[in-house]
Amino acid sequence: MVIFMDEIKGKIRSFESMGLVDGPGIRFVVFMQGCELRCLYCHNPDTWNKDFFSEEISPENLVKKINRFKPYFGTEGGVTFSGGEPLLQPKFLLECLKLCRKAGINTVLDTAGVGFGDYEQILENTDLVILDIKATDEKEYKALTGSTMARFNKFLADCQRLEKKLWLRHVIVPGLNDSESDILKLKEYIKNIKNVEKVELLPYKTFGVHKYSDLNIKYPLEGVSDMDEEKCKKLEKLLAK
Amino acid sequence: MKKESMNLSYEDAWKGFKGNAWKNEINVSDFIDNNYKEYRGDDSFLTSSSKKTEKVWSRCKKLLAVERKKGIVSVDVDRISGINNFPNGYIDRKNEVIFGLQADGPLKRIINPYGGIRMAKSALSAYNLKMNPKNQEIFDKMIRKTHNDGVFDAYTPQIRGARRAGLITGLPDAYGRGRIIGDYRRVALYGIDKLIEEKKRDLNADDMLNIDSEEKIRLREEVSEQIRALQQIKLLASSYGFDISRPATNAKEAFQWLYFAYLAAVKENNGAAMSLGRVSTFLDIYIERDIASGLLSEPLAQELVDQFVIKLRLVRHLRTPEYDEIFGGDPTWVTESIGGMLDEKKSLVTKNSFRFLNTLINLDPSPEPNLTVLWSTKLPSSFKKYCAKISILTDSIQYESDDVMSPIYGHDYAIACCVSAMKVGKQMQFFGARCNLAKSLLYSINEGRDEKSGDLVIESIDKMDDEILNYNKVKKAYFATLDKIAKIYVDAVNIIHYMHDKYAYEAGQMALHDTHIERLMSFGVAGLSVACDSLSAIKYAKVKPIRDENGIAKDFEINGDFPKYGNDDDRVDKIAVEIVKYFISALKKYKLYREATHTLSALTITSNVMYGKKTGATPDGRKGGEAFAPGANPMHGRDCSGALASLNSVAKIPYCDCCQDGISNTFSIIPNALGHDMISRVKNLVGILDGYFVQGAQHINVNVLDREKLIDAMNHPDKYPTLTIRVSGYAVNFNKLSRAHQEEVIARTFHNRIGC
Repeated sequence: MVIFMDEIKGKIRSFESMGLVDGPGIRFVVFMQGCELRCLYCHNPDTWNKDFFSEEISPENLVKKINRFKPYFGTEGGVTFSGGEPLLQPKFLLECLKLCRKAGINTVLDTAGVGFGDYEQILENTDLVILDIKATDEKEYKALTGSTMARFNKFLADCQRLEKKLWLRHVIVPGLNDSESDILKLKEYIKNIKNVEKVELLPYKTFGVHKYSDLNIKYPLEGVSDMDEEKCKKLEKLLAK
Repeated sequence: MKKESMNLSYEDAWKGFKGNAWKNEINVSDFIDNNYKEYRGDDSFLTSSSKKTEKVWSRCKKLLAVERKKGIVSVDVDRISGINNFPNGYIDRKNEVIFGLQADGPLKRIINPYGGIRMAKSALSAYNLKMNPKNQEIFDKMIRKTHNDGVFDAYTPQIRGARRAGLITGLPDAYGRGRIIGDYRRVALYGIDKLIEEKKRDLNADDMLNIDSEEKIRLREEVSEQIRALQQIKLLASSYGFDISRPATNAKEAFQWLYFAYLAAVKENNGAAMSLGRVSTFLDIYIERDIASGLLSEPLAQELVDQFVIKLRLVRHLRTPEYDEIFGGDPTWVTESIGGMLDEKKSLVTKNSFRFLNTLINLDPSPEPNLTVLWSTKLPSSFKKYCAKISILTDSIQYESDDVMSPIYGHDYAIACCVSAMKVGKQMQFFGARCNLAKSLLYSINEGRDEKSGDLVIESIDKMDDEILNYNKVKKAYFATLDKIAKIYVDAVNIIHYMHDKYAYEAGQMALHDTHIERLMSFGVAGLSVACDSLSAIKYAKVKPIRDENGIAKDFEINGDFPKYGNDDDRVDKIAVEIVKYFISALKKYKLYREATHTLSALTITSNVMYGKKTGATPDGRKGGEAFAPGANPMHGRDCSGALASLNSVAKIPYCDCCQDGISNTFSIIPNALGHDMISRVKNLVGILDGYFVQGAQHINVNVLDREKLIDAMNHPDKYPTLTIRVSGYAVNFNKLSRAHQEEVIARTFHNRIGC
């Protein structure tokens, strides 16, 4: 059977035409639908269910849309595929990445590394991976995300094998992983990862809470307040030492 | 003065200046091209304000606090406006470096009755004041007729109807039209005597002696008035002890001479916008010469700029409460255009461009002067970064595209008011306020009757009785309505400027123009986003008008979704483009007074609130009375694809030959969405501006602030005495806005995406 490219369509949650904190420079952000992790602090529960997408779009049309913002990209900016988990739609993602490369658009993959498909081809067509380090051991990972680390480990191994440039991210939640020993443990873990250009600690925010009530889902971190930004900056310094 | 001593004074004043053309004719632009020194470095040379400046400014700050509380400081009720009608005024004489005030004390307002005596009286009575009875009698008994009297003698019933209904409003028929920029630089470069000599030569040129038209008679009278005004400016300066009959010989004199010329303009006129032009790079030439010869140091150069800017910040006009409702925050639009390109490679950025922006740091953020950066993607990157930094810190700068305007206006143009470009000293504008596009659409659905009063305002519009509105039918009716409105609108503006020339001629400002000038007549639109979203709703959703017993659509039932302007969606953005293109073509069908050229703007200033209040519910789901979006902005909250999609939509509105009087866009973003630190915020803002303007956009106001801060400022104004925000083509002190205006600003879209 011949599969025509235009038959692959991406399930999209939303677009953001001006992402200034989603990778280098000014970036168009594609929030893709579907995620199999159930992170306690997730602020986008509306992206979990893969059938709740608000738009279906072909790779060609998406890249056409992205192209409208090329005047803003300059030398650093471009598109960021985020979500949800973009790796859950590998065929669509790969096609988009290839088309972007053809059009001279810089690509960032913002992922937790929990998907499927041929990562090798995807990574070859990606300029930078922003990888979310949920936790550093199996037990904590499971407690936070509800899943095992196996798929994440596979993706990270592929990134390392292909010498992929990485930015690492890690969300800091008060009372959950904000102690100095937590950070030192993270530091140990990151030490073994190659090609890391940047590590960002993101302070936990409660601004996604209303989405839970909209979706009739109980919010798992009920009562936990925003992470203090100053404290988070201190921890970042500790990590950089 | 004898010819010989004149020549001596030129030799001295022009020592070291290059070029010839400007010496043989009045040509400031040629002088600048030949003598300015481009600066491509960064802001590290800048200095803070001097002791003297601090003393002067602290006295002003006390008075400004009084003004914020009371509304005004005081009014000279004994005199009426005129170039040389007021005693000298000082702030702190021994610490002032640049001299001259509108009246005999800072922030004291003067009465200008020539626009309209009723307006002047009502402004006074708002503060329980009365004007000198002798002066009042002159106008009450029409011993001296006003502009307003003249206009209403000539207005047609149709114009009165459209005006009453709020279809065409904000017309300068009872106050000064403004938007005229004298080339104030001429006084510094040439001195008054040379300018008088040139005007006399013009008056006696063969063509001007051949009286073959009414225009010729009018022009001869005007030039004679201009000569008298120049003499008055000279007297004004001499009352402060300066002889400006000769050219300025150093930087301090250049600032002072230029300021006297501008001061004369604001003593004579109370135009809505009394803009300064493009003076910073011109003045830099004098500063550079003085620094080279050891006469001046960098701190003293900054002192001149700071003290000049203090004077500009003190300009005031006496306004009525009704005026404030249209133009909130007591603006004066002392617009100064900074930057821009000389040609493909060389910019017009000088150290003085930095010094002017630096006043926002030295003297706190401030709405005036209205600092306008003429942006080009080719500007030196250090200057771009500095502008972005100052924007982020002060919210006091607006940006306009030099790449879009210079092909039309050359490289020596300036912005009047908010977005109106004109060649300095060679073009002037007949300001024509704006037409309510959303109300016009309702008229096409309501047989030309006003949705609020029920009055028939536009005659012979067909009845529309479809249960569900049909797009093609509505669009056809809408354009037919716009055709009829265009005629009434042109008539009104023609009458206004005929009368303004006749009864409130700006002799002092026009004396600083060429005798034979080009005139632009600027029409305007309000409610563009409401009109195009309404048509989009009719086209893509099902819109059912809910009519009252008289058949007037009071509300609309909308079923289904529709594309909204502000999301870079061509389906609706094209409708916005079609509307403005159609409207300018409709206006162009009618001849203009003094062979002016038609231009159009999408700019509301703060009148979007008042326009909204006067307009019933619209087919886009906007409720009756709800404020419009300002200028060409998408409606609040409807631009939900992020900031750049919103900018892309606005960038589609065509400037050249269509909205050639400006397309205003106000953009607010919260600091954290712009980047995590100052370096990335600056870089990102520069990228946004480059990306927006490279698409042919013309204007943007940038605010980098949190909505919470504005809400706090609304409730605790004393905590934020200098909080300045950009609204629509100008900046205001937030505390000076009415509650309704404050609430509208807070309701606007704040782009707030923060990555996680």
